[in-house]
Amino acid sequence: MMRSSLAVAALLAVVAAPAAAQDSQSFDRIERGRALAVLGDCGGCHTAPGGKPFAGGLPLATPFGTIVAANITPDRQTGIGNMTDAEFLSALREGRGQGGKRLYPAMPYPAYTKMTDDDVLAIRAYLATVEPVSNAVVSNQLPFPLNIRLAMLGWNWLNFTPGHYRPDPHKSAEWNRGAYIVQGPAHCGTCHTPKTLLGGDKAAAALAGGTLQGWYAPNLTNDPRSGIGNWTKDEVVQYLKTGSNSWTLASGPMAEAIRHSTSHMPDADIAAIATYLKDSGLGAVKAAPVAVAASNNAMRAGAAIFKDSCAVCHKDDGIGEAHLFPRLAGSALVQSEDPTTLTRLVLHGSRAVATATKPTGPAMPAFDWRLNDAQVAAVLTYIRNQWGNAAAPVTASNVAKQRRSLASAP
Amino acid sequence: MARKLPRKDVVIVGLGWTGSILAYEMAKAGLDVVAIERGPWRDTATDFPPAYAQDELRYAVRLDLFLRPQQDTLTFRNNASQSALPIRSFSGFLPGNGVGGAGVHWNGQTWRFLPTDFKLRSHLEERYGKDALPGDMTIQDWPVSYDELEPYYDRFEKLCGTSGKAGNLKGTVQPGGNPFEGWRSSDYPNPPLKQGLAATLFAEAARKTGHTPFPQPASNMSEAYTNPLGVKLGQCTYCGFCERFGCGNYAKSSPQTCVLPALMRFPNFSAQTDSEVTKINLDSTGKRATGVTYVDTSGVEWEQPADIVLVCAFSLFNVRLMLLSGIGKPYDGATGQGVVGRNYAYQTTSGVSLILKDKILNPFIATGAHGMIIDDYNGDNFDHSGLGFVGGGYMGAGQTGARPISTRPVPEGTPKWGAAWKKATAETYQSAFNLSTHGSSYSYQDCYLDLDPTYKDRLGRPLMRMTFDFHDNELKMSAYLTARLAEIARAMDPVEMKASPRKGPYNVNIYQTTHNTGGTVMGADPANSVVNRYCQSWDVHNVFVPGGASVFPQNHGYNPTDTVGALAYWTADAIKNRYLKNPGPLV
Repeated sequence: MMRSSLAVAALLAVVAAPAAAQDSQSFDRIERGRALAVLGDCGGCHTAPGGKPFAGGLPLATPFGTIVAANITPDRQTGIGNMTDAEFLSALREGRGQGGKRLYPAMPYPAYTKMTDDDVLAIRAYLATVEPVSNAVVSNQLPFPLNIRLAMLGWNWLNFTPGHYRPDPHKSAEWNRGAYIVQGPAHCGTCHTPKTLLGGDKAAAALAGGTLQGWYAPNLTNDPRSGIGNWTKDEVVQYLKTGSNSWTLASGPMAEAIRHSTSHMPDADIAAIATYLKDSGLGAVKAAPVAVAASNNAMRAGAAIFKDSCAVCHKDDGIGEAHLFPRLAGSALVQSEDPTTLTRLVLHGSRAVATATKPTGPAMPAFDWRLNDAQVAAVLTYIRNQWGNAAAPVTASNVAKQRRSLASAP
Repeated sequence: MARKLPRKDVVIVGLGWTGSILAYEMAKAGLDVVAIERGPWRDTATDFPPAYAQDELRYAVRLDLFLRPQQDTLTFRNNASQSALPIRSFSGFLPGNGVGGAGVHWNGQTWRFLPTDFKLRSHLEERYGKDALPGDMTIQDWPVSYDELEPYYDRFEKLCGTSGKAGNLKGTVQPGGNPFEGWRSSDYPNPPLKQGLAATLFAEAARKTGHTPFPQPASNMSEAYTNPLGVKLGQCTYCGFCERFGCGNYAKSSPQTCVLPALMRFPNFSAQTDSEVTKINLDSTGKRATGVTYVDTSGVEWEQPADIVLVCAFSLFNVRLMLLSGIGKPYDGATGQGVVGRNYAYQTTSGVSLILKDKILNPFIATGAHGMIIDDYNGDNFDHSGLGFVGGGYMGAGQTGARPISTRPVPEGTPKWGAAWKKATAETYQSAFNLSTHGSSYSYQDCYLDLDPTYKDRLGRPLMRMTFDFHDNELKMSAYLTARLAEIARAMDPVEMKASPRKGPYNVNIYQTTHNTGGTVMGADPANSVVNRYCQSWDVHNVFVPGGASVFPQNHGYNPTDTVGALAYWTADAIKNRYLKNPGPLV
């Protein structure tokens, strides 16, 4: 008698399991959603500085104008409290909000479309549990004709391929997990993939580096010179987990991504990302350009400026100090084709991310007030072509352009 | 009427070394902590960027990082027969201002006191007899021993990443270190700094004359370092801009480089800057503090209620706050009665200047605590019998920088200006340097701090009055030490040499050190101390003065910061492990 009732209980449990997985009140599910929201860095865009979590209001500068992140708390009037699961799925995976309203791809649905429905709904279950906040956000602050959301129909037709992530059976489970996170929830390509004129991904150059918001998001392919080819897997893990490794320290938008997202990811997920990035098969090894000759005038001026203004931290030999002053010799970022980030760092300085395990958060001071455009160009040309580095020289006019654009940036 | 803020568990007055250490320890223990700092927020990269941190005019001459006398000052007199006058331009000593406090502009000299320093009176009386001490000398034993403080010294040095060479590891004397130092449970966290030529020549001469030179312990990084809080410091570049400067390349230990990054991560900690605490508030019994009152830059008064008040300002301001708040009986210099303001002491320094023949010393290559030192004449490391004084100090070739505005050594007889002066400056700069002594300053009945009867600050509160002069004991000590130093200097075969022992009277306009000690002295007896051995007020048990140099019963022949840091940790442990479990007097 006892045995049979146990059997019945077991049978019931099996039958009940799928239903429990869908239970939006289930702790496990909410917890999984919370972890996925971390993977997706939802809070990064949807939480304004000093604002309540997920209540929106953070302006995002795109090349087309400003888009303000929506309120995704369960508030019924101004948040997503009234959204059905189907609508939420459609928003994340297809870029269609309530009533079929078209979303702008600043909301990275072109990446989220790779996610499983179950993962998306787990995020939904988690978001239903956060504090509802009444915060009306006017998302769309774009100029005509981009303010017409229907325009996104055409954009999607050109740039958006819906479809779930398809595991590669020839690769390990860890690799596939990494690929899923990178392509899906973590939406790395949103910043790191170069964009077409319309703002769509250049699919052939996935993760090869992109420029946005006055920063160059570096090449994440395994290219040894311009990508992360010289980083070990452990160094990739350390960077994502703590914000720094022996090569560099994260700042700018990546500091945000590390602060809110990657430093909170489970170790297994970070390892999976590293495994995938080190073996993504993306990008072709490009031949190094010929280094600018040391006798070049800009190089000579740059060497003197470097000695006076940079060597105190980055050292004469450009090796810097691990976890404190980024290494310049052999650095992919230093040699990147697009010197936007480098120029910005010299002009405005930057503060590196601080995390629980690496709390220092050192900063680089601004030099815009004491180096003119030609001097900034010279010192950048020098560091890009010294200690075995090789990259195109930086021109004074490029520095001038960036100085103007930073001056007008919010 | 002050506007009342929500209650906190702990309110901390001042966010320098002690304030930040205590804040970290209290926040880590889970308490809700707020620190109130009179000056501005200061951050390494934005406030002291290497691009302009080495600006001698701005920082060393115009004293950019320091307290403005308009903000607060004190009055000074040599003795009670004089009228004290306000210091209108700090020059004799330099109180810091802003987050990090004096921990921003210090040199990094990180000295432990000698084991005998902690039982000074009983040790001296035992060795030399009760009559050996002048009748008006009010030195007393510390209520803590060296052995008790050792683990806390060790903690502070590891926080700072101090560079040095142990001279006594667990009782075993180590070659190359200071043979006189107390035992150490571990070596310094970083190896010694590299030495310049002047220090190397001094060390040779000191050895030749029978002394034991060793590298000065320095909280300037000989190598990059990660401290136990996970905070990273960089390697010192020997730029020679430490004293009076903030360090822009994260190489000098300060609250900014050692504590604040970790502290600021605690959600239960907050800092209120540009706000001056005017008073510790007491309940109707006067036995319990209810919090503090502070004034912001708009002149708005706020009351911050708290269960524990930690007085962590610079030594002089700790004393003044206790006086203004009416905690403890004020000291009366005439009668010797009372305790708050008692046993103010300073430091007795002197120098020997040298010009060497045909030497290129590159004196600009320096760091705050760079140099070779001997400790043969410190404390009671040498027999004082028949010398007519007690006390001593370390001495040697410290090289803190030879900055162009203030470093203009010229031979005797050179004109004070004009072409000849310029020529002599250029010729002498590379071959001249100074040796110095850093001596003790013992306490006396007539050296003290109290509230000035005449002058008031911008908020209408009485200024604090300092009454101080050097006593015969210190002047004799200085003469003796300077003569010993001159002997070593002579062994360096200088072309010119001048020994300048300290002479009285004390002149508050000539910079000597910023090491002001005493006033809220710690002791075993409430009759001669303001706080007990846990830096807890005898009178108001929820007020602590955690290790500001104001708790030193007298000043020894060393810089105070290591002891200040050790006492901060010592007090933090007492609060965490004992006071929180059973709030009340710990002794």
